[in-house]
Amino acid sequence: MKLLTCPMNGPRNIDEFQSFGPVRAKLDPNGTADREWSRHLFRAENRKGIVVEWWRHVPSNYFFLAERDLVSNEIVRTFDASELWERA
Amino acid sequence: MPLRLLKYGLSRDYPVSGDIPATPELKPAYDVVIIGGGGHGLSCAHHLAKYHGISSVAVLEKGYLAGGNTARNTTTIRSNYITPEGIAFYKEGVELFERLSQELDFNVMFSQRGQLTLAHTEATMRSFHMRAEMGKHMGTRTEVVDQKGVEEICPLLNMDYGGPLEILGGLWHADGGTARHDAVAWGYAAQASRRGVEIHQRTEVQGFEVIGDRVQAVQTSRGRIACGQVLIATGGMNYDVALMAGVELPIRCYPLQAMVTQPLKPWLHTLVSSVSLHTYLVQSSRGEVVIGGGSDPYQLYSTRSTLDMKEHLAEGAVHLFPFLQGVRLLRQWAGITDMTPDYSPIMGASPLANLWLDCGWGTWGFKATPVAGKRMAQTIADGRVPDILKPFALERFETFRLLNEMGATAASH
Repeated sequence: MKLLTCPMNGPRNIDEFQSFGPVRAKLDPNGTADREWSRHLFRAENRKGIVVEWWRHVPSNYFFLAERDLVSNEIVRTFDASELWERA
Repeated sequence: MPLRLLKYGLSRDYPVSGDIPATPELKPAYDVVIIGGGGHGLSCAHHLAKYHGISSVAVLEKGYLAGGNTARNTTTIRSNYITPEGIAFYKEGVELFERLSQELDFNVMFSQRGQLTLAHTEATMRSFHMRAEMGKHMGTRTEVVDQKGVEEICPLLNMDYGGPLEILGGLWHADGGTARHDAVAWGYAAQASRRGVEIHQRTEVQGFEVIGDRVQAVQTSRGRIACGQVLIATGGMNYDVALMAGVELPIRCYPLQAMVTQPLKPWLHTLVSSVSLHTYLVQSSRGEVVIGGGSDPYQLYSTRSTLDMKEHLAEGAVHLFPFLQGVRLLRQWAGITDMTPDYSPIMGASPLANLWLDCGWGTWGFKATPVAGKRMAQTIADGRVPDILKPFALERFETFRLLNEMGATAASH
C-alpha cells in the first residue's frame, strides 16, 4: 500500500485518490493561437523528474497539489491549491 | 531421433549457428539508424533490407533484444477498431500476421482463434454495434453476438444472469488472434541480420547532432555514428528519445501491468475481454492464462508491479471464470506505455527532415509489429509518408484531427 498525505485528511491509502495529471499553464482564451491551444490540450508534462500535479481525495472531493518524482514515484510534498494561486 | 540427438550432444562442433550474430563493432556511418531493438524496429529493418534493398542499417538497442514492451505485452492481434483509418491499418497488420511464419521462415505460433469482447451494459452494446458495422464496412470479420452467441463461443463464461454484471452480449472478432511475441522479434532479427543489418545490443543513444533540420549523427554509449535517416521506435522511451532531438511528443507514460497463472490444460479457446471489468484473458500455448487490463492510474516511468492492480485483475478474471479462484499466479510484470491523447499511434514525419517516428504505441503496439515495420520502411525508403499512414501524423494534434480509438481497447482508462 502506498500512502499519499492529503493536506486536509492526512496520510491515506493512495487508492483513495484520483490523479488529474500535471498542472498546465492558464491560457488567455482571447489571445491564444490554435497552435498553443493544441499544445495546452495535448502535451502534458512527461519529463523524467519531479512534476507538480493535481490530485483529488475522492471521499471528501478535495482537490490539492502534489510534487511527485515520475521515475522513483516518491511524493516529495503535497500542498493546498491556494499556494499555486499565491505563486502566480 | 534419439540417436541424432545423442550424436549432436557428443559432437565437438555443434552444427548449428545462432539465429542472431553477436554485436559487431560500430561503423562510423549507416544509411539508416533505427533506435530501438524491439519488434517494430526489427520489423522495419527486415522490410528495409528485403523489400527496399537498404542493408546499411544499424538497430541500436539500449538493453537486450526485444526486452522492452515486445517482451511485456499480452500478444493480442486484432483489427476491431472504430475509425476507418485505424481499421484499414490494423487490418493490414492482421493479414501480415496470417503469413508471417512463411515470410520469416520462423514459427511465430500465430493462432487466429478469435477475440470475444463482452458487454455488461446497453451503452457498451451500442458501441459494439458501431464497431461491428464499421468493421464489416472495412472488410473485417466483426459482428455483434447476443447472450446465446456468447455462450456458444465461450461456454465456460459466468454470464451472471440477473446480476449486476450480467453479460448482455459481445463483439465477436473472428480475425483476432495471438502469436508468440519473442518469435516475432527473433524472426525479424534473424532475417534482417542475414541480409546485412547490424543489431547493436547494449548500445544506448545519448544524444543527437542536429544541424538545421537534419540529424547529422547519433551519439551512443559506444561512440558517434553518422546517419542518413533515423527512426525512433523505442516504446516506453519514445518521449525521452525524441526530446533529445528537440521533438516534444504529446505522450504521457503509464505503467501497464499483466500476469500469468500456473499452466493449465487448454480450456480457453478464444481471447476474452471485458470493457467494464478492464480485464482480458488469453491462454498461452504453454497453458498459462495471461491476464491483463487497464493501465496504472497515474503517470510513472517504472516497471514495478503493485498488489492493487494484481487484485483488480484477479477480481475481474475470477468474476468471468469463477473456477479460476484456486489457481495460482506464476509471474507478474509491467511495461512502460507511451500513451497518446487519442489512443492512436504517431507514425511518419517529425519536425526534422530525416528523423522518422514510430511512436505512441501505448498499450496497443504488438499487433502492429509487421505493418508498422513494413510501412515505416516504405516511408524511409521513399522519403515520403504513404497514404495509409497519413492519418497518424504528429500534426494531427495541431490541426485537431484526432483519431479517437479510446473505446476500442479493454485497457482503457
